[in-house]
Amino acid sequence: MVAYLLRRLVGLIPVLLGISFLIFMLLRLIPGDPAIAILGERSNEEQRDAIREQLGLNKPLFFDLSGEGNVFDTQYFTFMGNILRGDLGTSVLRRTDISGELMTFFPATLELSLAALFIATFVGVTTGVISATSRGSIFDTASMGIALIGVSMPIFWLGLMLQYLFAVNMDVLPISQRVDADLIRGFDAITGLYTIDGLLLGRFDITTNALRHLILPSITLATVPLAIIARMTRSAMLEVLGQEYIRTAWAKGLRNQTVIMRHALKNALLPVITVIGLQLGLLLAGAILTETVFSWPGIGTWILHGILGRDYPVVQGGIMFVAFVFVIVNLVVDMFYAVLDPRIRY
Amino acid sequence: MAVTTSSTSPTKIEALRPQRSLWGDAWRRLMGSTTGRIGLAITIALVLVATLIPFIRPYDATTDRNLRIRLTAPAWSMSEEERTQKEFGMWDQLFGTDELGRDLFVRVLHGSRISLTVGLFAVSLAVVIGSLLGLIAGFFGGWFDTIAVWIMDIMLAFPSILLAIAIVSIRGPGLFNTLLAVGIVQIPIFGRIVRSAVLSIREQEYITAARATGVGSMRILLRHVLPNSLSPLMVQASLSIATSIISIAALGFLGLGAQPPDPEWGTMLSGARNYVGQGKWWYSAFPGIAIMITVLGFNLLGDGLRDALDPRSRT
Repeated sequence: MVAYLLRRLVGLIPVLLGISFLIFMLLRLIPGDPAIAILGERSNEEQRDAIREQLGLNKPLFFDLSGEGNVFDTQYFTFMGNILRGDLGTSVLRRTDISGELMTFFPATLELSLAALFIATFVGVTTGVISATSRGSIFDTASMGIALIGVSMPIFWLGLMLQYLFAVNMDVLPISQRVDADLIRGFDAITGLYTIDGLLLGRFDITTNALRHLILPSITLATVPLAIIARMTRSAMLEVLGQEYIRTAWAKGLRNQTVIMRHALKNALLPVITVIGLQLGLLLAGAILTETVFSWPGIGTWILHGILGRDYPVVQGGIMFVAFVFVIVNLVVDMFYAVLDPRIRY
Repeated sequence: MAVTTSSTSPTKIEALRPQRSLWGDAWRRLMGSTTGRIGLAITIALVLVATLIPFIRPYDATTDRNLRIRLTAPAWSMSEEERTQKEFGMWDQLFGTDELGRDLFVRVLHGSRISLTVGLFAVSLAVVIGSLLGLIAGFFGGWFDTIAVWIMDIMLAFPSILLAIAIVSIRGPGLFNTLLAVGIVQIPIFGRIVRSAVLSIREQEYITAARATGVGSMRILLRHVLPNSLSPLMVQASLSIATSIISIAALGFLGLGAQPPDPEWGTMLSGARNYVGQGKWWYSAFPGIAIMITVLGFNLLGDGLRDALDPRSRT
């Protein structure tokens, strides 16, 4: 297991190198001048040169072959060197350290994504199992129909509709933000996840308040993965339920629940976990939209403000960070399979 | 057409069945499935709306405003008294109006043109470039294949909307850049489909036969390999239009896609966002429903096509 983990960690290096290379190239190959993007069309050439100087965009791309100065004093190697030191640069607009900003905004996204993942997995698997065991029933038809609509729905629209229904029309839940601002005044967060920090520090009012704020955004973010997980669980369960060993289990008189939970679900879960793993990327992407709808102060809104404010280093650093998180999450999912499926040899 | 009945020989069955071409057969099977029929009906209806609406109700977004009736609910949702008092007919502003008093019904219908054309062009771009890459990589192999697969894998390992946002952020907001971004992020999907189809077709005997008769590589690629990888391409294209339309709307919603006053659905939702708190539900409801129906249509069509074109599910 340790050897497998090590091998996978080493295997991460080319992937991360590839991703950073791709982002580097993408941001430079696509036509469009970042200096103009940051300063606007009406800037003069002097200002543009200054910003190019500041961002190091006046250096050669890969190798300095002019013979003057260091061959590696180039955009790519500076960029890679900074990444390896954990330095993602500074924001053009706020002059703040990007790595530091990421650390303040990331917990909000993490909390939202974890809540959504929990809802999607729990509700999705349950729905899938019930659908499969009562195939053709009203529940099955209805839930699969809803699942189909769920994957066709723009989630930001669902978010707006939930806001209208529950925060405006019925007025039972807060419309946006993570927590009431006056509650957390002077509150020293430990993990940055308010629900957990509230419990750790005995501030249960904060936990309940944060939970109430979490409900609508996490449902919004969970919808698409939930629909996909439910459909996958249903088809995996149907396949397993047709196997001979299930008939054997029935034949030896096991209880309904035992056959379904212990014999069928356990074996159907593997493809489901694969799908859940694949949804994590969707969650990260969906977080940008969900956070925008609910003014959730996470990575998504932060990157978006970077884009709209033409804060080039923020965009580059933010996308790089999300991509790295994504790759690492995928690794964790893979490790999970290895634990769950004894057929996988490490 | 593997018909296996123990008593009759397969040849006899073949003789009894009317001869049908591959596409004729696929068409019959598409029409035979409920999903396929509904999907096709929705998409045809949408295409009709998008092509006919400029003739039925010409619309100029730059001059459209009617501040007297700004943010008015659909007349049908009002009470009888309110309608008479404001002198509205039952079907006035069917979808309500926005902050400039523009009729959302007209704008949503015109939005179909934007979403369908941009979606179609984005997917065409991805299909053409992706297929070419896949064909060349799969057929010739070698270093080009290695590099192409590596780049495609990395692009696929990346949430596609994020990549699209990155592209738009550099090129600047706008509809054309949205098209490019949404198209580019889908290239690897098609590249991989065509490549894997090519890899399996390349080893078939009819390719060897074609080679033996002296047919050139290019001709083999275009006449034998490409047509045989067409069905998975069509299925994916339909599903990709669905995701493209959501992505286009998402970029519009984030302020990175179509810009106001274009009646793009996502852009409309981005405006609607400011009025949800004031209870103007119709403003966000209808553009979103339009997106949902469109996406549902292409998803159903894609599912139907998959069942119709997959030879393994042929009965």
